[in-house]
Amino acid sequence: MTKKLYPILGLLLATAVLLAACGGSPAPATGDAPAEQPTAAPAEVIFTTPSGYGVTLEAVQSRGNLICGVNSQVPGFGYVDADGNFSGVDVDYCRALAAAIFGDADAVEFRPVTAAERFTALQSGEIDVLSRNTTWSTLRDTELGGNFVHTTFYDGQGLMVREDSGITDIAGLDGGTICVQTGTTTELNLADVFAAAGVSYTPAVFEDADGTFAAYAEGRCDAVTTDKSGLVSRRTVLADPEAHVILDVTMSKEPLGPMVRHGDDQWFDIAQWTVFALISAEEFGVTSANVDSMMTSSNPEVLRMLGAEGELGAALGLSADWAYNIISQVGNYEEVYNRSLGPDTPTYIPRGLNSLYTEGGLLYAPPFR
Amino acid sequence: MSEAIMKPPLAERQTLLGWLRKNLFNSWSNAILTVAAAWLTFVTLRGLITWVFTEADWAVIQTNLRLILLGQYPIAQVWRIWVSMLLLSFLIGNSLSIWGKGKTSTRFTIGLVVLLAALAFVVSGPSRTWLLAMGALLAAGWWLARGAGKAMRSVVGIGWVIWPLIFILLLRGFGDGGPLPQVGTNLWGGLMLTFMLTIVGIVFSFPIGVLLALGRQSDLRIVRWFCITFIEVVRGVPLITILFMAQLMLPLFLPSGVTIDRVLRAMVGITLFSAAYLAENVRGGLQAIPKGQYEAAYALGLSTTLSMGLIILPQALRLIIPILVGQFIALFKDTALVAIVGLFDLVGIARTVLAQPAFLGTHREVYAFISLLYWVFSYAMSYVSIRLEDSLGVGKR
Repeated sequence: MTKKLYPILGLLLATAVLLAACGGSPAPATGDAPAEQPTAAPAEVIFTTPSGYGVTLEAVQSRGNLICGVNSQVPGFGYVDADGNFSGVDVDYCRALAAAIFGDADAVEFRPVTAAERFTALQSGEIDVLSRNTTWSTLRDTELGGNFVHTTFYDGQGLMVREDSGITDIAGLDGGTICVQTGTTTELNLADVFAAAGVSYTPAVFEDADGTFAAYAEGRCDAVTTDKSGLVSRRTVLADPEAHVILDVTMSKEPLGPMVRHGDDQWFDIAQWTVFALISAEEFGVTSANVDSMMTSSNPEVLRMLGAEGELGAALGLSADWAYNIISQVGNYEEVYNRSLGPDTPTYIPRGLNSLYTEGGLLYAPPFR
Repeated sequence: MSEAIMKPPLAERQTLLGWLRKNLFNSWSNAILTVAAAWLTFVTLRGLITWVFTEADWAVIQTNLRLILLGQYPIAQVWRIWVSMLLLSFLIGNSLSIWGKGKTSTRFTIGLVVLLAALAFVVSGPSRTWLLAMGALLAAGWWLARGAGKAMRSVVGIGWVIWPLIFILLLRGFGDGGPLPQVGTNLWGGLMLTFMLTIVGIVFSFPIGVLLALGRQSDLRIVRWFCITFIEVVRGVPLITILFMAQLMLPLFLPSGVTIDRVLRAMVGITLFSAAYLAENVRGGLQAIPKGQYEAAYALGLSTTLSMGLIILPQALRLIIPILVGQFIALFKDTALVAIVGLFDLVGIARTVLAQPAFLGTHREVYAFISLLYWVFSYAMSYVSIRLEDSLGVGKR
């Protein structure tokens, strides 16, 4: 009889040990601070890979390539083309970063990560940088142990209409019907924006995205709304994609950008100035085609950026020609954008907010000096 | 079986019309059912067939065939895989002729060669030459090994052991320069990766599973407890959790700088998971062996190892072949879970093909094609298992 008790005893003991390990200190019975524990994600807070100034760059350089967490399922942002190469805006950022570090845009290993695992992968050191259409938000920037580098794509909720309807702005939709997915912030944003503009409309709500777009395809509404990048991929699936246009209207803030781990400011700087180099190059008119002639430009800032003058590269821990390598191998922001999302691609998204500040957009890089 | 030997009297032999009347239209209710079923089948299949031949845009499969089969493996190095396939064809030809049985084996070999030739006819470019060469080598291997003696058998046996090593070596390569530059496992993918995960899973989980099952019955307490703990812990956790741990959490526990290949991690995870289930299946087989068999083995003076190896295990494993094959087929399909942790197996690569701007909205074509691939290979496993059971006489004695 006593023998039968052993497993039970063992189980009890194991449970006790586990509880002791998890509890740490005896839980207060008063219960005035119960909400805190379940919200914290313990695995992500307790363990972090050794991190500190310069650690990441050193590890990347000794490994000989950059490991970049990307999406493999979003047209225009990250996918694998028929030749087996990764393509997209987010992917090109990784290539730019590799060019800055190694002078070789191909010294990068792309690691496809899903939405669920992306932050864990960054935390655990599986990837050096996360470039996977991730929206910048408070909790992600703080509790998840990452730093958003800079916004590389200002996404936002958009509207798609039939081209022959002649609608070009929100006012044109007055009295119309709009297909929207229910229970999302999309629905709330729509109501806010239209109320603020004083435009009346009838929402047609659906449970899921497929239903929403099916209804729009059947002509049951005048317009359909979701994030612009989503509208683009949905449009290509419609029977006649050319007959639909995405309005140049943005109704919510979805800043997408790369993310690095907390704790290594040098790595953060490198990642950030890679974005700035892309943006500034477009502003100064430096392209992959003319970058060589720009090495003798009359603009001193261009010379400093390209490393023809000054030692900005050394300040970042990189070679002097880091930005030259980015632009000659990957191109400037405009080239990157047009390659994946430009007017000649099936996934065309008008630049909108993603234009330079000089053209009414939000792209603005600090000076190179 | 018996009707083949003794044919019925002439008057009762069936004509097509007679067979139809007897089986499908023998009463009013059955006639109505037949017509209704035929109509339903027609309606269902008409949609499918119309779609397959007129509406579906199979260009997505044509363009991405290499991606689906091999993943991102560099195009310039694909010949290495073909060379392995040539060796494999030759080995299969040898084996069919040595271990196959008479007419069936001949028919099967001819069938395979015809299939390869047909595939060669469908594809274009260098793949056609390679496929034809595979067919030729298969036939040659079959022809050469006819009436082979014992020596030839052991050579072919050794060939089967060496082939996987050659395959892996060719696939991976070494060094940066040279004729065989290294191809990282992050570029292995598609059907090839699915196969590798499955085969490694089966080959390694089988011995581990058998050992765990024996260990669970061991008299040594520590061994028994270890086996029980392992089996119960692994069986109590979903496979996706194990894969997730292996892919993402493992680096946290390793000293910094130490990295384990991701494909290897997935292989280990799948193997351990499968071994725990296999152990319980084997235990079921062991329990089905009557106690008299154990006693008889001891009475003969066999040691525990010998009585297990010669008397008990052969019987127990023979009993559980259908269960094992079921488990292996399940394992084959379970490998699709690695797509969730970012490996490009068949499902992973299919999902990324769907994101190509040129082929947006081709979900049906892509998923139909990979389902077909899964079905073909699952069914092949099932078929082989039935043949194996036949030859071992499972369920007949």
